[in-house]
Amino acid sequence: MKDRYDLLIIGGGPGGAIAAKTAACKGLSVCLVEKRPAIGVPVRCAEGIGKDILQQFIEPDERWISAEIDRAILVSPDGTSMVLEPQHAGNEVGYVLDRKIFDRELVWQAAAAGADIAVKTRAVAPIMENGKVSGATIESCGEVKNVRAEAVIAADGVESKFARWCGIDTTVPLREIMSCAQYLMTNLTIDPHATVFYFGNSIAPEGYLWVFPKGERSANVGIGITGRKSAPGKRAKDYLDAFVRSHFPDGRTIECIVGGVSVCRPLPCTVADGLLIVGDAARVVDPLTGGGIFNAMYTGQLAADVAAGAIAEGNTLKERLMPYDTTWRCAKLGKNLERNYKIKEFFIGLSDKKLNALAQSVSKINLKEFSTLVLVKELIKRNPGLILDLKALKDAIS
Amino acid sequence: MLKIHREICGYCGACVSVCPEGALELIDAYLTVDLKCKDCSICTRACPLGALEVVDEGQV
Ligand SMILES: Cc1cc2nc3c(=O)[nH]c(=O)nc-3n(C[C@H](O)[C@H](O)[C@H](O)COP(=O)(O)OP(=O)(O)OC[C@H]3O[C@@H](n4cnc5c(N)ncnc54)[C@H](O)[C@@H]3O)c2cc1C
Repeated sequence: MKDRYDLLIIGGGPGGAIAAKTAACKGLSVCLVEKRPAIGVPVRCAEGIGKDILQQFIEPDERWISAEIDRAILVSPDGTSMVLEPQHAGNEVGYVLDRKIFDRELVWQAAAAGADIAVKTRAVAPIMENGKVSGATIESCGEVKNVRAEAVIAADGVESKFARWCGIDTTVPLREIMSCAQYLMTNLTIDPHATVFYFGNSIAPEGYLWVFPKGERSANVGIGITGRKSAPGKRAKDYLDAFVRSHFPDGRTIECIVGGVSVCRPLPCTVADGLLIVGDAARVVDPLTGGGIFNAMYTGQLAADVAAGAIAEGNTLKERLMPYDTTWRCAKLGKNLERNYKIKEFFIGLSDKKLNALAQSVSKINLKEFSTLVLVKELIKRNPGLILDLKALKDAIS
Repeated sequence: MLKIHREICGYCGACVSVCPEGALELIDAYLTVDLKCKDCSICTRACPLGALEVVDEGQV
């Protein structure tokens, strides 16, 4: 590792890796630091991603694809299920990845493009000069050194401490952190090409439980509940264990995964003097689905693009980095985040009884004309008792 | 004060993200708490496993 780079990237997840590759391809000197001793482990993810959006970044490769998904099944509290077929399900149809391999591939590509990579290497503080982020103090295997850079990209995931050290409040409200547990299980009887989502306050309060296939007989079986619903004896793991006992008594667990996913609105501003914040650290996870792999890659690439232009001009102050923030907010990504935030808030308020009523009427609607707005209008027609709830939803998304 | 049950902790960082004081930090698989901690117990709720607990000084 050198003492000075054009760009320093904190975190080796998908956001940091794509940022490093993008910047290196543009000829910048780049260093990516990752505090864990290995890229991609432990996995903190259900590994689902849409086919079309993934292909914007990387050619699909069977080495890191565990399963191909062609439909999603939503199960309401009373067991009513609703099948979303490809043409209706949009980006819910896609792949279940093997992120141990996928994340490594992304970092390898960054290295191949010329980026320096340092693992078991942690940023411990920003270097601040006249209020501008000018690098970071880095600790690597007990050795501490200062690494200077024209700009720093904080891609440090859900913890998001780097931006916090720079004076930006990244705290996630307790009601907007999904407290998650997941087992990688085998010996299961499942549909290997369908993702299944279970809803209901006794199954997964204010969240959902998922079964994402990883092969013919194996799957990621996981759950997220909001932090405010989590309590002793009623934690994510307790709900997951109860589900597994009743649905997969013969299953075998070969990996236990835990994690936090933010479902809040994005940070009010994702740049500062010398700093760009991407991916989970910027709180750009989709608040409805909890998906954040694509959003991390998208913001990582955009941040590196903007940083490269700014560095070439010799000005990495906030104002010059602002196009990163405004571009993703005005893009489809930013608009979807806002819309899905409102839809999430709507669903969180629904009782099991209302969820059941909605699911039962949806299962009767001809889903060939599926669009979120058409669906909501149809639901209003069929559920006069829920008109107030649904009107709020319609206003949120139209 | 905050007690970290290391035998339970899955070092996932969910607690770090909700701490209003920035008192928690993950050093790879080792969760640390510093003096900024105000025993608000928000982190104890976010934990998927129940590895965090606010206890009286004497109980540590
Ligand atoms: C249980 C669970 C299920 C999920 N399921 C899905 C899903 O199915 N589909 C989907 O799209 N998304 C899913 N997500 C979300 C997805 O995992 C994240 O959105 C994605 O990993 C974000 O990428 P990132 O690069 O922003 O951060 P991360 O992948 O979290 O990478 C951040 C990296 O920064 C490192 N780091 C942190 N601090 C420092 C420091 N000070 N110095 C150096 N390195 C540091 C960390 O060790 C980490 O490796 C899920 C998340 C969880 C927890």
